[in-house]
Amino acid sequence: MKEFVVKAIDNGTVIDHIPSENVFNVIRILNLENFDNQILFGTNLESKKLGLKGIIKMRNKYFEKDEINKIAIFAPQATLIKIKEYQIIEKTTVTLPEKIEAIVKCFNPNCITNSENITTKFTVLDKVDVKLLCHYCEKITDKENFIISK
Amino acid sequence: MSLKNRSLVSINDFTKEEQLQVLELARFFEKNPVQDILNNKVVATLFFEPSTRTRLSFESAVSRLGGKIIGFTDATSSSLQKGESFRDTIKTVSNYSDLIVMRHPKEGSARFASEVSSVPIINAGDGANQHPTQTLLDLFTINQTQGKLDNQHIAFVGDLKYGRTVHSLVMALCNFNCTFHLVSPLELKLPSSVKFHINESKQKYFQYTRIEDVIKNVDILYMTRIQKERFSDPIDYEKIKNSYILKNDMLAGTKENLKILHPLPRVNEINEDVDNSAKAYYFQQAMNGVYVRQALMSLIFGVK
Repeated sequence: MKEFVVKAIDNGTVIDHIPSENVFNVIRILNLENFDNQILFGTNLESKKLGLKGIIKMRNKYFEKDEINKIAIFAPQATLIKIKEYQIIEKTTVTLPEKIEAIVKCFNPNCITNSENITTKFTVLDKVDVKLLCHYCEKITDKENFIISK
Repeated sequence: MSLKNRSLVSINDFTKEEQLQVLELARFFEKNPVQDILNNKVVATLFFEPSTRTRLSFESAVSRLGGKIIGFTDATSSSLQKGESFRDTIKTVSNYSDLIVMRHPKEGSARFASEVSSVPIINAGDGANQHPTQTLLDLFTINQTQGKLDNQHIAFVGDLKYGRTVHSLVMALCNFNCTFHLVSPLELKLPSSVKFHINESKQKYFQYTRIEDVIKNVDILYMTRIQKERFSDPIDYEKIKNSYILKNDMLAGTKENLKILHPLPRVNEINEDVDNSAKAYYFQQAMNGVYVRQALMSLIFGVK
């Protein structure tokens, strides 16, 4: 019998195949620091797909598509698993949206969003290599420069 | 689509046809510079960063159209000094005026201003990002000197990294099947975001480090100043400040139709011995700024 490294949940959502180094970024993007139900997470778990992976399990939490797709910036290969009564009822993958708001900072230190209280907005130029065009300063932030804005 | 009540933040805010519409009206103002059509209109010129030429060019354009001007010439004389937010400054001034022309050292400031202002915004330069009215006057000048905008070979020389006039102009010329020859020190190459735009529009560009490798093949030589104020480390500036100095003898063997442009002010990147050459065109270029800004404001106010 397969041994679960991170305990199974009865109802809720599992996010699998998160790059280990980005588990905490995903937690922050989804604002899970303020989540009031059980959360289980693991990092540096063995994965055939990623080598090492992270996983997050949230009890009694289901996501709208727009809400969950935001994590694709940091976890483009993430798998989303809906659980009801310990059974998998749906398995989907995330897709990077066309626009990204209020998630990452603009890498340009001279961008107005880094000195005034302004919500960052980006157009996704490249969904594979993940390049974001800043709506304000028109510079491209790439994945090497992603910093969460909140 | 009408330009009435529209902001101009990035050159890409206007389509190719809309840009050409501004140039066409600028030709009218070139012949008829004094027109009393902005009576009772108040234009605010907010220069959070000093700029003599651009500000005077706008103020000259407003004055020739019979409008009134309010504003400030640097941030130290505004309420920002008292701690007022940029957002509040723009919202307040938009109550006092019918149009805001602004320059600000932060990139993206004009876009943000256009989102909080109740009147149109014209971006007169936001950090190293965009300077779209300079672009319109550059397009006007290229067309004036070459008789067309299509199929030009254009060399951009100097600070291509921080030179906002270069960024806006390259983007605009991507509509005209031009070939870009980019001459800069390795430290000041054109940013990837602008190259991305060139590639997207399927235009060609070539990169060089020496003017001599390209000067004989181009129709326009667009010189720029290496801007001391954009360097955080003065040592970096000192290393490259004299990388490109155009001298009159370098014009030997260049194309007959070559014209030398520069957004001004220059420091030493064009020797004064070039000024008397028929190929030097930067002072006429600056003059064209008034006609183009008259045209732009007339269209935004819907009076032409």
